[in-house]
Amino acid sequence: MAADKTAYLGRSVQRLEDPPLVTGQARFAADINFPNQLHMRMVRSSYAHGEIVSIDISEAQAMPGVVAIWTAEDIADIGPVDFRADRAAEALKPYRQPVLAKGRVRYVGDPLAAVFAEDPYLAEDAAEAVVIEIEELPVIVSADDPPGEFAAGHGTEAAVMHHGYGDIDAAFANAERVIELDLRTGRHSGVPMETRGAIGRYDAANDILEFHGAAKVPHRNQETLVRMLGRDASGMHLHECHVGGGFGIRGELYPEDILVLLAAMRLGRPVKWIEDRQEHLMCANQGREQHHLARVAVDAEGRILGIDDEFFHDQGAYIRTHGSNVANRTMCTITGPYRVPAFRAVCHFRLTNKTPCATYRAPGRYESTFVRERLIDAIARELGIDPIEVRKRNLIAAAEMPYTIAFDEPHVSDMVLDSGDYAGLLDKAVAAFGWGALKAELARRRADGELVGAGIGMFIEEGGRGPTDGARIAVDINGDVEVITGGASLGQGFETTMAQICAEALGVDYRRVRVIHGHTDLIPYGIGAHATRATVMTGSAVDVAAKMVREIAIDTAAEMLQTPADGLDINDGTVARRNDPAGPAVTLGEIARRLAPDAAKPGQGDPGLAAEGFFTTTDTVFPYGVHLAVVRIDRGTGAVAVERFMVAYDVGRAVNPMMIEGQLVGGCIQGLGGALYEEFVYDEEGQPMAVTLADYLVPSLREAPEIEVLITEDAPSPLNPLGLKSAGEGGINGVGAAIAGAIGEAIGDPGAVRRLPLTPARVMDLLRRADAGSS
Amino acid sequence: MNAKHDITLAINGKAYAIRVEARRTLADAIREECGQTGTHLGCEHGVCGTCTVIVDGAPVRSCLMFAVQCDGAKIRTVEGLADGGEPHPLQRAFMEHHALQCGFCTPGFLMLAVAVLEREPDIGDEDLLDILSSNLCRCTGYANIVKAVRAAAAEMRQC
Repeated sequence: MAADKTAYLGRSVQRLEDPPLVTGQARFAADINFPNQLHMRMVRSSYAHGEIVSIDISEAQAMPGVVAIWTAEDIADIGPVDFRADRAAEALKPYRQPVLAKGRVRYVGDPLAAVFAEDPYLAEDAAEAVVIEIEELPVIVSADDPPGEFAAGHGTEAAVMHHGYGDIDAAFANAERVIELDLRTGRHSGVPMETRGAIGRYDAANDILEFHGAAKVPHRNQETLVRMLGRDASGMHLHECHVGGGFGIRGELYPEDILVLLAAMRLGRPVKWIEDRQEHLMCANQGREQHHLARVAVDAEGRILGIDDEFFHDQGAYIRTHGSNVANRTMCTITGPYRVPAFRAVCHFRLTNKTPCATYRAPGRYESTFVRERLIDAIARELGIDPIEVRKRNLIAAAEMPYTIAFDEPHVSDMVLDSGDYAGLLDKAVAAFGWGALKAELARRRADGELVGAGIGMFIEEGGRGPTDGARIAVDINGDVEVITGGASLGQGFETTMAQICAEALGVDYRRVRVIHGHTDLIPYGIGAHATRATVMTGSAVDVAAKMVREIAIDTAAEMLQTPADGLDINDGTVARRNDPAGPAVTLGEIARRLAPDAAKPGQGDPGLAAEGFFTTTDTVFPYGVHLAVVRIDRGTGAVAVERFMVAYDVGRAVNPMMIEGQLVGGCIQGLGGALYEEFVYDEEGQPMAVTLADYLVPSLREAPEIEVLITEDAPSPLNPLGLKSAGEGGINGVGAAIAGAIGEAIGDPGAVRRLPLTPARVMDLLRRADAGSS
Repeated sequence: MNAKHDITLAINGKAYAIRVEARRTLADAIREECGQTGTHLGCEHGVCGTCTVIVDGAPVRSCLMFAVQCDGAKIRTVEGLADGGEPHPLQRAFMEHHALQCGFCTPGFLMLAVAVLEREPDIGDEDLLDILSSNLCRCTGYANIVKAVRAAAAEMRQC
């Protein structure tokens, strides 16, 4: 099939998404306008923690163009922004964020009031005229600090979570060597180029409340909104438009989303809110900030006997829609691709007076990979074993797949690693990178006085977690195909991917496939685009539905052509005999016409050339990767230049290699940002120090080395018909780990790096310590 | 402070007579008063370059300029790049080289590259990289943007 001219799976075809995006015809949230709309502007706390003494709106309310100003009292009937249904943990509910702060503010940026005005400039003028009085309270800026009080009866340590299995105490008692590390990952986030945006509109004629600017998980958010606002689902429509990057942080429900909907109903006019960049950097979900006290027990050959990790998770001021998901993912993935006979993780899930945190690309996994790979490097160093060799001794073998990691805690799902040849990928990556010769060359350069080194990070990714998704496919009488999904596009190429899968299964040109996504009124279910699910879940459902349509088409064509169905094939939208492609034929459009409701013969089944297909799974797919880095440090400034970086990644099956490479390279540069430049820093009073793009340093072209990419398809997933895994997060997962190892080697102290990001100041500090240690 | 000024913006060859406050940014005037929403706002403080347009031949960040400063100026935006149905070589190169994912920063990169390549068709590669590093993209990691601009530059030099 691969040589067939209509085979689309596995080909780097051009994206269907691009033409409107390069011509300025795309429609992002800020581009949506409704007649008579109002503009919302938030009034936010400038203190990190305090009691609200008063909010005086009198002057602001009298300003021109101001229609209303709301504080918490005006929406007292609305509860806090809820967790998604599947994240409902009763004990965490007191920590949810109110839509407008009630009684206390808990971070700089906490919404206190909402101004609604005729024009965004006027709304901003009025917001500045709202007078806020706050009595400051003691601030907690670190999850290391002793827990304080969140609210009466609720401490800032919202939970202490445990994951584990095996006899961890025996593992450490019997160890040849125990290695302990104190490790920290910095606070960063996705920072998409488009800020958030939300437009609420109430269609009173039909009693339908519309939300425009949805992303990531429109159907899940519909469920939450229905619950929070007390509406029926068919009267609550979410609409996705073009989305300027997601990275996990966009598309979750935030207070502003609730406000535009409430205001649209209560003020009787459409309400538009577009976030500014300063708000984004203070209010949108952040992530990654964890402090780990990790130890590993090994035998004399460097084989892992057990890993024991106690860590402090900085959740920020509230618990948002994900509950404790990021901490859970951290705990589940600490052991990664290695055989770890005994394991224990304890997470102190703590609130602080900083911006709330949730998922950011490879949530919990960027963190756990940094911790795990630092431990593995430490084993190599302490026992004098080559870092590649120590990894090979501990990697789970291909023959052991599927490999089950079962936790003692009944509420923690098993991890069943579906397929993988981890050592095989490591071999390929090391060979492609020229590791052996490279290490010798780097040693020579170090002897000549250069500060150069190489590092490695190995990891498993996880994606495609169910439970289920579906797709509806219909072919019209011209032979054009419409695929309706409940998926979502964040710019990752969703439409092209789905079109390729449909084209392959059905036998049409992918350019004739129109893919619909992100509209809850067009399809009643949808898994969205989160946790790298889209290709696996929605893609598999599209494959199922397209094969159903194909079967209907072939059966109908068999009758029309008076030929046995098993002798027919579909190519480029035309059904003909497999052994006589130039002979009698019928197009999909002609078949659709034959099956049209007014033409179909009774007894033929449902009219139309259409089908609805579902894909259901209880399992997760586990792609895996190896990151290799070479860095050079400037001794005078501490600046780090990344000389080379390779992402080697097994994707199971590549639908569109060009787009997978795009995901891996883009993710990798984001990872470099988090490893070297980006950090949300707060002062001791909880004031955020990075509130512009001049302070929060997203890599530019000059900080982005050319990334070498090695995509393999050695371990297709046995869990779905196409063998798909996922690619969205494989570029970022191991970057912190690989860079940490490389910088350690470069400064001559391989274990030195304990903390990300490695800003020039921190690298200078490491250099001073290394020099002091060697002198 | 709220007095309005009558100005004319010539965008992609079409004159827009608009009335704006002195504080209204060029970006907002292009998007809201003139309805040309292809120009996007990424930071509104002049760092990301997403809002780059060409004013009298020079690439500028339209979030950092007031509309009244552009009264009578010739402005080019992404909507004016294609020649009828025929995409500009840079637009085509961006599609061919997968130089965009979400596409939000793309109009800014296109206008930056167009202005530079028109002004300096034989620009050296290092200088080109320097100039392209003035805009931010969060999806692609830049490599494909560079490939696309290099390819379009070669094509534009041949024309």
